[in-house]
Amino acid sequence: MITVTNIKKTYNKGQVTALKDISFSADKGELFGLIGPDGAGKTTLFRILTTLLLPDQGEANVNNYDIQKDYQQIRNCVGYMPGRFSLYQDLTVEENLNFFATVFGTTIKENYDLIKDIYQQIEPFKDRRAGKLSGGMKQKLALSCALIHKPSVLFLDEPTTGVDVVSRKEFWAMLKKLKQEGITILVSTPYMDEANLCDRIALIQKGEILSIDKPAGIVKAFPGDLYAVRASSTHRLLQNVRNYPNTATCFAFGDALHVTFKTPGSEPTALLDHLHKKDHPDVAIEKISPTIEDCFIHLLKN
Amino acid sequence: MNQLLTFIRKEFLHVFRDRKTLLMLFGLPIAQIVLFGFALSNEIKNSRIAIVDYSKDAVTTQLVNKISSGNYFDIQRTLQSATQLETAFKKGDIRMAVIFPANFSTDLVHTGKAAIQVIADASDPNLATTITNYITRIVNDFNTQTALTAGRPLQIVPEMQFLYNPELKGAPNFVPGVMALVLMLVCTMMTSVAIVKEKELGTMEILLVSPFKPIYIIISKLTPNLLISIVNLFIILVLSALFLDLHVKGSILLLTFDSMLFILTSLSIGLLLSINAKTQQAAMMASLMGMMLPTMLLTGFLFPIENMPLPLQALSNIVPSRWYFIIVKKVMLKGLGVTAVWKETLILAGMCLLLFAISLRRFKIRLQ
Amino acid sequence: MSSITTATPSATPPVITTDKLTKRFGQFVAASQLTFQVYKGEIFGFLGANGAGKTTAMRMLCGLLKPSSGNATIAGYDVYTQTEKIKQRIGYMSQKFSLYDDLTVSENIRFYAGIYGMSTPRIKEKTSQLLQELQLEKEAKTLVSDLPLGWKQKLSFSVSIVHDPDIVFLDEPTGGVDPVTRRQFWDLIYHAADRGVTVFVTTHYMDEAEYCNRVSIMVDGVIAALDSPTRLRQQFGYDNMEDVFYELARNAKRKAD
Repeated sequence: MITVTNIKKTYNKGQVTALKDISFSADKGELFGLIGPDGAGKTTLFRILTTLLLPDQGEANVNNYDIQKDYQQIRNCVGYMPGRFSLYQDLTVEENLNFFATVFGTTIKENYDLIKDIYQQIEPFKDRRAGKLSGGMKQKLALSCALIHKPSVLFLDEPTTGVDVVSRKEFWAMLKKLKQEGITILVSTPYMDEANLCDRIALIQKGEILSIDKPAGIVKAFPGDLYAVRASSTHRLLQNVRNYPNTATCFAFGDALHVTFKTPGSEPTALLDHLHKKDHPDVAIEKISPTIEDCFIHLLKN
Repeated sequence: MNQLLTFIRKEFLHVFRDRKTLLMLFGLPIAQIVLFGFALSNEIKNSRIAIVDYSKDAVTTQLVNKISSGNYFDIQRTLQSATQLETAFKKGDIRMAVIFPANFSTDLVHTGKAAIQVIADASDPNLATTITNYITRIVNDFNTQTALTAGRPLQIVPEMQFLYNPELKGAPNFVPGVMALVLMLVCTMMTSVAIVKEKELGTMEILLVSPFKPIYIIISKLTPNLLISIVNLFIILVLSALFLDLHVKGSILLLTFDSMLFILTSLSIGLLLSINAKTQQAAMMASLMGMMLPTMLLTGFLFPIENMPLPLQALSNIVPSRWYFIIVKKVMLKGLGVTAVWKETLILAGMCLLLFAISLRRFKIRLQ
Repeated sequence: MSSITTATPSATPPVITTDKLTKRFGQFVAASQLTFQVYKGEIFGFLGANGAGKTTAMRMLCGLLKPSSGNATIAGYDVYTQTEKIKQRIGYMSQKFSLYDDLTVSENIRFYAGIYGMSTPRIKEKTSQLLQELQLEKEAKTLVSDLPLGWKQKLSFSVSIVHDPDIVFLDEPTGGVDPVTRRQFWDLIYHAADRGVTVFVTTHYMDEAEYCNRVSIMVDGVIAALDSPTRLRQQFGYDNMEDVFYELARNAKRKAD
């Protein structure tokens, strides 16, 4: 459904490289995630695939249409929710939806089935101006607007940024449903924990893809063992673990520290002893399976 | 077609839901005309003038007394020679000078006819017209009076001379000027801001990604401003008729047609400005600095173009409002017809076509 | 959900004390009866769904918004009458950094130190100390616009505490940065807290809630829970803060921002 081959894009006459040499593909009905921080090149990639920008090099196809030559066909069959998309603040919910339906040459009635589940949640507020909606509701309205013409491919650029946990969970549940309708979805997010909700993900940083796989595959590829270290005074613990000679990496993850050792296969018992000596009587160490975020940090370090 | 109508409807919703802009759109022309109306209707009293009398006889003394008797003038008697006048004018100490030549009474006695020289500072054309009119009236009164006593008709003729602004540009020029300015401002600024706003919102990306044709985006952005401008045009015409007693002497149809041309030209400029501006603020600045300033300075209604240095005169030729200003003056004030303005109309039409074509070509179907 | 846990007794004195702090906008009660204390050197997480009243509460604590009723003291000063004093004693950093893109790193530091009325020699001393801590000495003359996002964020934080405030308010400080930078940022926060600066932070990353000594979760204008992350997890029977938050916030009635 989406194929990207060796795409390169620079800004300011080549001074700033946004995308280095990106290749990947997403199948029909796949929920594909682009995971990476701000400035990784996610938005540039979205704009290229939605025919808003031309790449410097490389090729890309959406729905078997070439992004350069067949841009008009692509524009007919994709739905797009840009990162800073905030709808027309001075139009009501219904006016916004109606407007986008008409722009795409359809009506709300015609495709109501597809957006029903999402739109019903905001329908009680249909006469409210979009500017007066909460972040979560704006996001639902924006998704409804992007879906109103029944696109076969959906591009969502950071749809959950700045939205609270509850709305985020609801949003991902909606994406799952859309996937079942056979819509291919390309979604980007800076939240690593959302990676597990995608079929496949590409970890992206500074215009380069670090890894592409199923979330489970990415976790599997994590080299060596990862340990979680817990003790009551976390900040002091952090410093003590970092100063331990055999520590390769040590990062705070919630209430625990995630630690890897320099020598592969080394036992954590030595660290435990070390920490006991450093006055951490309640320290506990356990082997854990890495999260996507652990993998991302590992890939960043290389 | 339905798509286009929906889009235009949306544009109108934007305009009508933004009270502040709405107020500015329609408040601006009204405020300009009303303010000007007040400025005009003020009667001028106690203007400082100088009287230089080289003749010094009974007639001149009588006339001088008559001039100074009303409260129209405040005579600066310290000025006694013509040489002092120039500095006094430059300093703004006096607004007008009345000079009786040395041969005044001899002329009057021998031929029954004599001239007095009236020099007025016309940098404020309203004031100059008003006070020279006063003088003329006083002298005419004096003529009729003395004719009765002397038994034969006397003719004292005031010879007017206007300093600094000989053609007395100003008063009636203001309305065509306001028209050019308001139309230019509304069309250019509103259009560019409306388009850039969509870029800022991120909605422009959606519109470009949709099958909606870019030309439709342009048309729908231009339509509301076109209509608003036409409404504004008629507001100005009605107000100037009501407040300033300034009626359209020529054909309203011709005036409307040429105004439409000017409006379309301004809209195209707005479109062009929006293409490169990234923020509403930038669009606003570009409209103000890039368009309003040249309109004010190089149109000819504030400063006469003939008095400008040559390079500026040449530059003024590419300012659309300059040609529109000429057309409005000819049609509205002088009542001339198509034969008098065809040249300017053609120039304006050419500019309009050129600018619209450029902005159409440059309007991007992509982001970069 | 009404089980508001009492604050953990702390060894340090409170720097934020609120008592039934309430803000109404007409009929709408944006923040209702907020009562809590934050102690010196504590990292206090202030969580809540969009529209729960977090922003309103934070503005009242910063002295930017007058409460409708209730009391609060910040660094010993009253939020009704001594807002100018409060502003001298607090720092503030939001997601949209307050740095000037067209000034250099040291010019930015100088400017912010200057508006808090620091003397010139003190500003100089503070600038070099700060540059050293951030390892930005080489970048002192670089325009902020040329810095990578992560560095900007760290600089922005350091600038917000350049005047040694008692409390620093951080409004979603880590949005959009990569995981490594995010952790380096938290290192800075820990460091500041170690020196006795109280850190009051809002975030949408639930794992970051775990870094806090205590967190409060606001729902519909009231504080629905307040305790250490460990105890909250135990209390609600989940193994992570995200589920605790979801449990509390999903039934929220208010959705308007």
